[in-house]
Amino acid sequence: MAAPRLIVVGAGPAGVRAAEALVQAGLRPIVIDEGRRDGGQIYRRQPDNFKRPYAQLYGSEAAKAQALHHAFDTLKPRLDYRPETLAWNISGGALHVIRDGRAQALPYDALLICSGATDRLLPLPGWHRAGCYSLGAAQIALKAQACAIGRRVAFVGTGPLLYLVASQYLKAGASLAAVIDTSPAAPAAALPGLLARPALLLRGLGLIARLRRAGVPLLRGATPLRVEGDADNGADALVVREAGGRERRFSCDAVAMGYHLRAETQLADLARCDFRFDDASRQWLPAIDADGRASASGVYLAGDGARILGADGAEAAGRLAALAALHDLGLQPGAGQYAAEHKALRARLAKMERFRRGLALAFPWPQAQAATLPDEAVVCRCETITAGELRRCATELGGSELNRAKAFSRVGMGRCQGRYCGHAGAEIVAAACNAPVQQVGRLRGQAPVKPLPLDVEVVQ
Amino acid sequence: MPSATAIPGGRFVRLGETARRAVHLTVDGRPVTALEGDTLLVAVLANGGHLRHSEFGDGVRSGFCLMGACQDCWVRGAGGERWRACSTPVAEGMAVLTQLPEATWPRRD
Ligand SMILES: Cc1cc2nc3c(=O)[nH]c(=O)nc-3n(C[C@H](O)[C@H](O)[C@H](O)COP(=O)(O)OP(=O)(O)OC[C@H]3O[C@@H](n4cnc5c(N)ncnc54)[C@H](O)[C@@H]3O)c2cc1C
Ligand code: FES
Repeated sequence: MAAPRLIVVGAGPAGVRAAEALVQAGLRPIVIDEGRRDGGQIYRRQPDNFKRPYAQLYGSEAAKAQALHHAFDTLKPRLDYRPETLAWNISGGALHVIRDGRAQALPYDALLICSGATDRLLPLPGWHRAGCYSLGAAQIALKAQACAIGRRVAFVGTGPLLYLVASQYLKAGASLAAVIDTSPAAPAAALPGLLARPALLLRGLGLIARLRRAGVPLLRGATPLRVEGDADNGADALVVREAGGRERRFSCDAVAMGYHLRAETQLADLARCDFRFDDASRQWLPAIDADGRASASGVYLAGDGARILGADGAEAAGRLAALAALHDLGLQPGAGQYAAEHKALRARLAKMERFRRGLALAFPWPQAQAATLPDEAVVCRCETITAGELRRCATELGGSELNRAKAFSRVGMGRCQGRYCGHAGAEIVAAACNAPVQQVGRLRGQAPVKPLPLDVEVVQ
Repeated sequence: MPSATAIPGGRFVRLGETARRAVHLTVDGRPVTALEGDTLLVAVLANGGHLRHSEFGDGVRSGFCLMGACQDCWVRGAGGERWRACSTPVAEGMAVLTQLPEATWPRRD
């Protein structure tokens, strides 16, 4: 029998642990990652000539980061590892990849998609100005480049990353204008979920306390109103409304914004996986079973790209999905390993799922703020299309389904392909049409998942 | 060594790792100095306020995601190159143009 063809997309925590399980089973999987180095988002590696030690870069997660990097370095000789390679389409049982302008189709028996997430964004009037960045961007500037995104940085949004990145900036010596959380104090209903991972909960509370002690203005339950500035110089202030109704203006030259995460699901979509609406986070996610099997045959999904369970969850899910693939292909010794481990791995993931639900209650996606964005606010940063234009397309032109609204308004058609406007766009269309958000649908993923170079050479 | 290094007019502030080898490039013809290991985005924004002008006339842009997802950071080179600045390492002698709107970024039809 020909050697089974297994492909892993992504070299973050999920992808690395998936590849490891496959190598342990005696296989040599292909690992595709767009990044220059392995590690994915949370354990992103700095360039070779940077000197900061693990403890400084990854804080409390230093040991895990080091363990993951070490695992991958050890695996490398037994992998067909392809960094700086984009997986841009899936069709006809093959994954289509491109590297340095050279395209190739890779047929697979099992495909493990571990594509991670991006920041989830909510538009804010003025967010198209220079100096506005996603929270993840603010963290990447610091982690991978030892830079702050500005001289004085305001943080706005909600979710654990808000406090984490703000604390990392504080510790690194950056100047913080304010930390603005749209969520009010966590409701009691969130507590049982959050207590599923008490150490993580305590760490989060510790971050908030440290910011407070440092005298950083910290608002909860606030409504961001606008980023002020001008066309030539970009942002110069963040204006918000406090929970009590008072308006506050924070001078700053950079704004980092994010509302937790959005699963990177285009590849799952192109593989024709079924999706389900997740009520807890109000987003469409690919449907998977307890082990990570998608509805499309031979396709497995793990990590943030399927369920946003954080880095530990991604590691467990990556291993479980890979073992499930080995089981399904009837490959020993992997199938035996699946029998030995799958129950424990599922139990770990179930605990993390409880925590995820707790987080979603504590830091809800503020959909009402999207629904009530002023008409003049830019929703699509790529092509400067406003909320008013999107509403007009939804109501007057009959674009009450998101892909139709996209065709009329072009919201979701620009450079980012809806990654940063899609979720808010759905809320705006739903509110304008008086429909539940799940009814307006979701932006369908399209190939190529990111722009390709203009001159492509095809290799067999 | 100062812990925070900001160049006048620069948007990004270096908070460490400043003992790297210098790399020289030009931005709109003006010579600037970056550090080996910088992305092109950091090299330009440590020395100036923006990467490009929006083709929709709404002003200057400086990237958004830094992780290759938003495509807001494509810049042109004087030799006709197109670079996604957040995922391109800076190299000696690069000549970046921020003045032109980046109207023809690689896109699907
Ligand atoms: C910007 C950002 C910062 C974060 N910071 C933290 C943090 O500090 N602490 C924390 O607990 N959690 C953080 N998270 C959440 C954290 O990323 C996850 O918990 C964890 O990294 C998920 O692991 P993963 O393997 O699922 O995905 P990731 O680590 O995101 O890895 C996915 C990998 O897939 C690759 N990829 C995706 N699509 C393609 C494609 N089409 N072609 C080729 N390669 C592809 C990417 O390049 C990436 O390397 C962050 C998330 C983001 C988006
Ligand atoms: S800043 Fe988003 S792709 Fe470069």
